[in-house]
This record gives sequence, C-alpha cells and structure tokens, in this order.
Amino acid sequence: MDIRELQGYASFFMTIFLVIMLYGYIIHLYRSEKKGERDYEKYGKIALDDEVTSTPVEDKPASQRDYKEENK
Amino acid sequence: MQSNATLEYDYSLAKKFTYLTILFGVLGMLIGTLIAAQLAFPELNYLLGEYGTFSRLRPIHTNTVIFGFTVSGVFATWFYVGQRVLKVSMAESKFLMFIGNLQFWIYFVGALLATVSLFFGFSTAKEYAEYEWPFDVVIVLVWVLWGISIMGLIGIRREKALYISVWYYLACFLGVAMLYLFNNMAIPTYFATEGLGNVLHSVSMYSGTNDALVQWWYGHNAVAFAFTVPIIAMSYYFLPKESGQAIYSYKLSLLSFWGLMFVYLWAGSHHLLWSTVPDWMQTMGSAFSIVLILPSWGSAINMLLTMKGEWNQLTDNPLIKFMVLASTFYMLSTIEGPIQAIKSVNAIAHFTDWIPGHVHDGVLGWVAFMIMASIFHMAPRMFKRELYSKKLMEQQFWIQTTAVVLYFTSMWIAGITQGMMWRAVDEYGNLMYSFIDTVTVLHPYYTIRAVAGVLYVTGFIMFAYNIFKTMTAGKVLTQEPQFRTPMA
Repeated sequence: MDIRELQGYASFFMTIFLVIMLYGYIIHLYRSEKKGERDYEKYGKIALDDEVTSTPVEDKPASQRDYKEENK
Repeated sequence: MQSNATLEYDYSLAKKFTYLTILFGVLGMLIGTLIAAQLAFPELNYLLGEYGTFSRLRPIHTNTVIFGFTVSGVFATWFYVGQRVLKVSMAESKFLMFIGNLQFWIYFVGALLATVSLFFGFSTAKEYAEYEWPFDVVIVLVWVLWGISIMGLIGIRREKALYISVWYYLACFLGVAMLYLFNNMAIPTYFATEGLGNVLHSVSMYSGTNDALVQWWYGHNAVAFAFTVPIIAMSYYFLPKESGQAIYSYKLSLLSFWGLMFVYLWAGSHHLLWSTVPDWMQTMGSAFSIVLILPSWGSAINMLLTMKGEWNQLTDNPLIKFMVLASTFYMLSTIEGPIQAIKSVNAIAHFTDWIPGHVHDGVLGWVAFMIMASIFHMAPRMFKRELYSKKLMEQQFWIQTTAVVLYFTSMWIAGITQGMMWRAVDEYGNLMYSFIDTVTVLHPYYTIRAVAGVLYVTGFIMFAYNIFKTMTAGKVLTQEPQFRTPMA
C-alpha cells in the first residue's frame, strides 16, 4: 500500500468519523432541549434586544464581570 | 469604566471601514467593468499602455473587490455587530480602540500600496494571492490586529452567550488566517540570493501539483471564509434586526455552522478535476461539493423562514428586499457550484465563462447585496440620520438585480456554448472549431456582460451617493431606531 492509497483510506475513515460527530451533534442539540437542560432558541433574541443597557440573555457570572470592571 | 446610563456604542471604526468599503467598491467594480468591456472590445486594452491591459488590471479587480471591498465590509460590520451582540462598547476599552485604529490605518495604507504594486506589475502570479511578500506581511499584521480586537471584545463582554454571528466572524478570522499563511509561503529571492533580482519578488515554497493543490485549497476556501462565512454573519444579525423577527431556528444555524466548517475545507480540489492530482482526491472534492448544498441551504432557508408571517415587509421595505434577494442568490450559487463540481459537468464547464458567471451571481447577488444592505441598516444608527432616499434605493435595487441577471445568464450561455464548441469533433475525430471561432460566437454575450457591469456599477454609485447624502443631508434622528430603518 503506497502513501496515496493510505491517504485515500485516511480521508474515507475520517469522513465517516466526522459524519458521526455531526449527526451526534444534532442529537445532542435536540436531546438537551427536550430534557430542559438548554433552550437554544432564546439566543435568537440577542440580535433583537441589543442595546448596551439591555439585560443579557445569559449574564456573565457576576464574579467574573466584577473582577474585570474593577481592574479596568 | 463609564456608568451604563451614559454608555453608548462607539461606531467610529465601523464608520471608517464603511468609507473604505465604498471607496474600494467603486474602484474594484469600475475596473471590473472596464476589463469586461476589454473582453468584448479588445482595443480598450491600449488606453494606458502596459498599465491598462487586461492582464495587469484583472488582479487589481479581483484583489480590490475581495481584500478591499469585501474585507472592509466585514471589518465595518464586525465593529458594529460585535459590540451590539456582545453588549459592550468599544469606548469601554482604550486599548481596543487603539488596536482598532492601528488596524484601520495599516490596512488602508497597505491596501493602497498593494494596489499600486499590482498596477506596476509586481505579482506572484497565484490567483487571488497575487500580492508580493511584503504586502502579505502587512496583511498578516492587519489580521492579527483584527484578531486582538475580536478576542478583546469577547473578553470584556456582558452577554455570556456568543451570538451565532460571532461564531461566523471567528470562523472568518481563523479560516483566512490559516489559508493565507499556508498558501503564501514563499522565499523572497533577493534575500535568498544575496541581493540578486528585485526585492519585490518571491518564489512559492510549493511546486507542480502540490502548488496547485495548496493554491486551490486556498482559492476555494477564500470563497468560503471571506465571501460566505462573514456574509452569513451579517445576514444572521441584520435580517432579524431589520425585520424584528428572531432567527427562525437557532439550532439550525448552529448545525449549519458546523456543517459548513466540516465540509467546505475538503471541496477545493474540485478546481483541479481532470488534472494531475490523485483521482481519489478529485472524487472527494466533487463529493464534498455536493454535500455542501446541505449546510449552505440550511443557512439560506433559515434566513428566508425568518421572514415567515412577515412577507409584507418585502413589499414596503427595500432593505428587506436587498437581504431576501441576497439569500436567494446564495441559494442559487450554492446549487450551481456543486453542479459544476460534478465531474462530467465539469468536463464542459471548466475554463469556460460559466465559471466567472457562477462567481458573479454569488458575489454580486449575495456578497455585495448583503454588504450594501448592512451599510444601509447601519448608516442611520452611525450617523443618527434617516436614510436619504427610499426611491433611490428602489431604483438601485432594480438596476442592480437586472445587472446580475444579465451577467449570469449571458455567461451561462457563453460558457456552455464555449465548452461544447471546444469539445466538438467531426466524424474523423478532428476538432470542428478553432479557438477564434468560439471568440467570434461569444462576442454578443461579452457585450451583454459589459453592459451588466455598467448597470451594476451605476447602482453602486447610486448607493454611495445615497449614503453620502444620508451623512450630510438626512433628517436628523432624535432616537435610535429599534428595528426597521427609517428612510425618506
């Protein structure tokens, strides 16, 4: 088996692997929403309510933000 | 740190890059129209001696519209969208403002000098990567500065979740960085030979088939990461914001994102079908190109479905018209590309005018329409004035839509005619036509394309005028509009 053939097989199996990953991601998205762990659709509101004074859809943990602001 | 009561978004960088988008847009499109006319009327090649020939001007056209117009548009929208979806103002960090301004000036001066260098004939002769090595170094510097801006703004954000547009801008940053570095690896001959030859000359580190593979891995993915990814970022912000409708399916936007990242990088070898690259690689490029329809249409359909129940806006808001047409052209060009990448179709399509036809329904219909729509949306917010003229926008829309349709239909016919004539053989297997026979047959289509160019550039100048008048004579706004852009 020469290097070109090896490259071909590597490409094929990597494709299969990545396809499984991608389908796994779809399942992950829907399952975590069904279980109530995440609500992905709420992130769509980030574009609509985007004033600098708007309440973030997901706030950064207060400790993290305070730390940053104190150190400015 | 300012208090939130007085805090406002800082649009100074978005404005500066908007001016450059318009400047490079006019320049790149004017040259594009001239070279289209040169193909129909060759005597136009001799207007400026060596500086006016097709071969000298063509790289200036492509590089100016890619690295001048489009990339400026990407920067302009990033410095607008980035702040808004991360809910943090650039004014909150003096460091980021400094980096942004540094990026702007290095980019502006570098881009002008790079354009001049092409004008004087300094070129690596690699398509879409013609800039010689010193300009590559400047481009890398600009890109690193932009990266610092992106990461810096993300670092000080209030909104924890990164909106989908930010993902796409990040992909643009990372993708172009990787592609540009690898494809432009070159040895400056002056330094390698202890002073022989010109300083502005280099030789690629790759050769032969490897060079072609790296080149088209770069070339095709430049389309992905400069012409597709950041434009999707714009669509996912500006269409929902202008229409007041959240993205139809946020999950689909995430899925399409990863799908696009996964598939696009493998499709570049479809530029080298029937060449000396390994056969499996050609087949892979062809197969991945067809799979690419899925994530592309995933994004495009998501954009169109965002308008669900609100299609009335299409008739009374020209900005929505620009964005919906852009999404539609995205669908058209992302079905056309995979068709061309099928090996048997490619045998006819390759090297014909169908290819520039395909490129231009994407860039004129999708990229430029989306960038212009984004600027139309940003202008009243940046300049605190109403858009100057809705009527002018409507006229521009129809002139440019006609131009795009004329461009790609003429090139479809020209390309397929050309491909068929090149392959035609008589009963003894002799070629039936010489090259000049095809040129004669194609003349009317080249003329139509030149007319399309004139129409498109006319529309772009109308756009530039509308923005200029908005800045100087638009009705002053007392409050920033929330969704629909106000226009007179």
